[in-house]
Amino acid sequence: MADTATNVENKTEDGESRRDFLLLATSAVGAAGVAGAIWPFVDSMNPAADVLALSTTEVDISQIEEGQSVTVVWRGKPVFVRHRNAEEIEQAAKDDSASLVDVQKDADRVQKPEWLILIGVCTHLGCVPLGQKPGDPRGDFGGWFCPCHGSHYDTSGRIRKGPAPLNLAVPPYEFLDDEHVKIG
Amino acid sequence: MRKLFIAAVAALTLSAGAAQASGGAYVPELKDVNWSFEGFFGQYDQKQLRRGFQIYNEVCSACHSLRLVSYRNLSALGFTEDEIKEIAAEKSIRLPHGDAGALLNDDGEFFTREAKPSDKFVSPFPNDAAAIDANGALPPDLSLIAKARLGGPQYLYSFLTGYMEEVPEEVMHQKGFILNEDKNFNVYFPGYYTSMPPQIMDEMVEYEDGTEATAAQHAEDIVAFLNWAAEPELDERKSLGLKVMLFLLVLTAMLYALKRKIWADVKH
Amino acid sequence: MSSPEWNNPVVKWVDDRLPVFSLMHHSTAGYPTPRNLSYWWNFGSLALTVLIVMVVSGIFLVMSYTPHVDMAFDSVERIMRDVNYGWLIRYIHMNGASMFFIVVYVHIFRGLYYGSYKGPREILWILGVIIMLLMMGTAFMGYVLPWGQMSLWGATVITNLFSAFPIVGDFIVTLLWGGFSVDNPTLNRFFSLHYLLPFVLFAFVGLHLWALHAVKSNNPLGVEMKQPEDSIPFHPYFTIKDLFGMGLFFMFFLFFVFWAPNFFGEPDNYIPANPMVTPPHIVPEWYFLPFYAILRAITFDIFIIPAKLGGVLAMFSSIILLMVLPWLDRSKVKSCKFRPVYKWFFWILFLDCVFLGYLGKKPAEGSYIIMAQLATLYYFAHFLVILPLMSKIEKVVDLPESISAAVLKKSEDA
Repeated sequence: MADTATNVENKTEDGESRRDFLLLATSAVGAAGVAGAIWPFVDSMNPAADVLALSTTEVDISQIEEGQSVTVVWRGKPVFVRHRNAEEIEQAAKDDSASLVDVQKDADRVQKPEWLILIGVCTHLGCVPLGQKPGDPRGDFGGWFCPCHGSHYDTSGRIRKGPAPLNLAVPPYEFLDDEHVKIG
Repeated sequence: MRKLFIAAVAALTLSAGAAQASGGAYVPELKDVNWSFEGFFGQYDQKQLRRGFQIYNEVCSACHSLRLVSYRNLSALGFTEDEIKEIAAEKSIRLPHGDAGALLNDDGEFFTREAKPSDKFVSPFPNDAAAIDANGALPPDLSLIAKARLGGPQYLYSFLTGYMEEVPEEVMHQKGFILNEDKNFNVYFPGYYTSMPPQIMDEMVEYEDGTEATAAQHAEDIVAFLNWAAEPELDERKSLGLKVMLFLLVLTAMLYALKRKIWADVKH
Repeated sequence: MSSPEWNNPVVKWVDDRLPVFSLMHHSTAGYPTPRNLSYWWNFGSLALTVLIVMVVSGIFLVMSYTPHVDMAFDSVERIMRDVNYGWLIRYIHMNGASMFFIVVYVHIFRGLYYGSYKGPREILWILGVIIMLLMMGTAFMGYVLPWGQMSLWGATVITNLFSAFPIVGDFIVTLLWGGFSVDNPTLNRFFSLHYLLPFVLFAFVGLHLWALHAVKSNNPLGVEMKQPEDSIPFHPYFTIKDLFGMGLFFMFFLFFVFWAPNFFGEPDNYIPANPMVTPPHIVPEWYFLPFYAILRAITFDIFIIPAKLGGVLAMFSSIILLMVLPWLDRSKVKSCKFRPVYKWFFWILFLDCVFLGYLGKKPAEGSYIIMAQLATLYYFAHFLVILPLMSKIEKVVDLPESISAAVLKKSEDA
């Protein structure tokens, strides 16, 4: 009987530490499993393949004449594609030294000076500024005018007057050739 | 005792599975093909899928749509972005109206644009009625055909290669069987008569990769492609499955060891 | 019985105000469980596990599913093809439904074999039958959502059944449909209810566990716990055993998800629903097959009850009947271990249920009809005739004194 008692004691001590390690190891593996199981569910909320496929928009700019503007949709938002004339380009460069709310050089906002591509969403509260169509008010600086709260943008799409804090955003884009631009 | 009952249940379930739901009509056993994508470790053979796509594109797409597959999905077959753009651009998509809002252009036709990689495969017909009008019956969309038919790829292969000149004895002598001269006899097709004439023949398509163009090869390749169209996730599904199962094996073994340890001194 | 003393002051503060920690302790480390439970007792926790898997996978599916007849089928295919891991979540949900029924059927048969429905567990058992009914309703409506051929036609057949009820029949069917056939209104309301029912189910599972905790678990001997030596605390013994069982279960479950995801399904449901074309064989999912067989077995009028109504009544009563089982079986002995004669009848019932399932898939023609009728007759005879009879005339084997006595004896014999 005494033998059994000592055996039990020894087993308990050794057994316990072995059990603790096994418990720790199993818990760790289990936790890894849970994390691995959660990931697909979280990832399923990321943009799906068809949404990603539409994350770029190709625009044919060959038909846009000088002084003309076109609005395209990119990721559900309006994008202004403007073929600037010499006057507008000159004015934009000149205004580099004007007092700007959001300081930025025109040259930093375009890849080719005659093509101005902007996200047509006012940086104040999100309305779509006017100025794309002939006859639209262009505001005091020859660019765009937001009718919601009176923000004025210049020929480089920079905020000059009104409540908007930032210049109209420039989306990522690249020229595929002289006639096509890929936005996004 | 327990073994007897398990055996009985197994026997019943197996017989239930083997029996065809055709109400007793004679159907020969489906032809057996060893697919690269079947089994525990199965994966698609990309070259085969490309050959199969070539057949779909050059032959089947004249009548059958594949409307759930997008052109961009072809990247799984090894096509580059530019190749996919070209493949898509061969097809036109009808626009609901032109830029000025007109329904038809000056020639009295619908406005169209070239298909893009993000588009789904363009159907050969604008709607079901036009498809029936052109073919006599509606050629089914093939996006899910490999999952929508009992027997899956084995059935599709058997069907495509199962057209016969003469109706076999077993079918002739069946109760209620009537010869039909207007349709095409296929011993695997439920009801035996299909509106689709035999399509697969030797040298139907010249393979870009130079594989010998026998009818059997064509049938295998198109069926493999159709299985991909229905189950594009198969490669990832099976390989992820292996990892998951291995992991669970390890975890379950550890849980068992832990269970034994915890229960070691408990009489039960 | 007494709440433990909490050393951690935060734990104590919370517990004094909302006894969550005491509840957790009472249900686990402080919960006496018979020491001789076998692996047949794992299936309750497995059922809860599957329920959670179904709700989680279902919630993520709903993020991408559109419940409109013109878009439902395509939205499911979008999940399969475009949503990241969408195929995985869909196949988990689809096969999880089959797993849910496998686990619950085993759980029920365990209860039948060991007499877990007998006093004081009658309410526990009845709650279980209600849970099964809720499961069946949820599964039925869920199957309609992908809007395949079987979705539409299975829904049409089953909803049409309610027209069998006299006077109110047609009103009920039109009310269910929201129109004149299974169509968009039907799909939308099934979607709403399919989302709702699992949470009602959760509530009943809560009641089921509460009832269980009131009377404690049965065990393979069918002899109640009498003294402290009969039991061991649920935690850690059965927590680890349940976790191990889950490991095995997930291996079984995920085998189907990854390698045979359409094993339990019908190919016809990959064909978009077409109200103009009926599939040659309309079959419900496998877990409904035995009930389907019973439904179709009544091909004749019974007195003033027309055959169609007879079938509906037979089908529903085959489940409702289970609720009164505790009063049909009067034997004082719970476990079939000590009921050598009744044990045979248990296994015959089991085979009969499997046979009914087999017949449910067959066309209702020829010799299958009479076979289904006999199998149905036997099913009812088991509960209404054989069981009460057995209670009266059966000679039972002597029960052990107690659980610990039996366990001790077993370890001495070993």
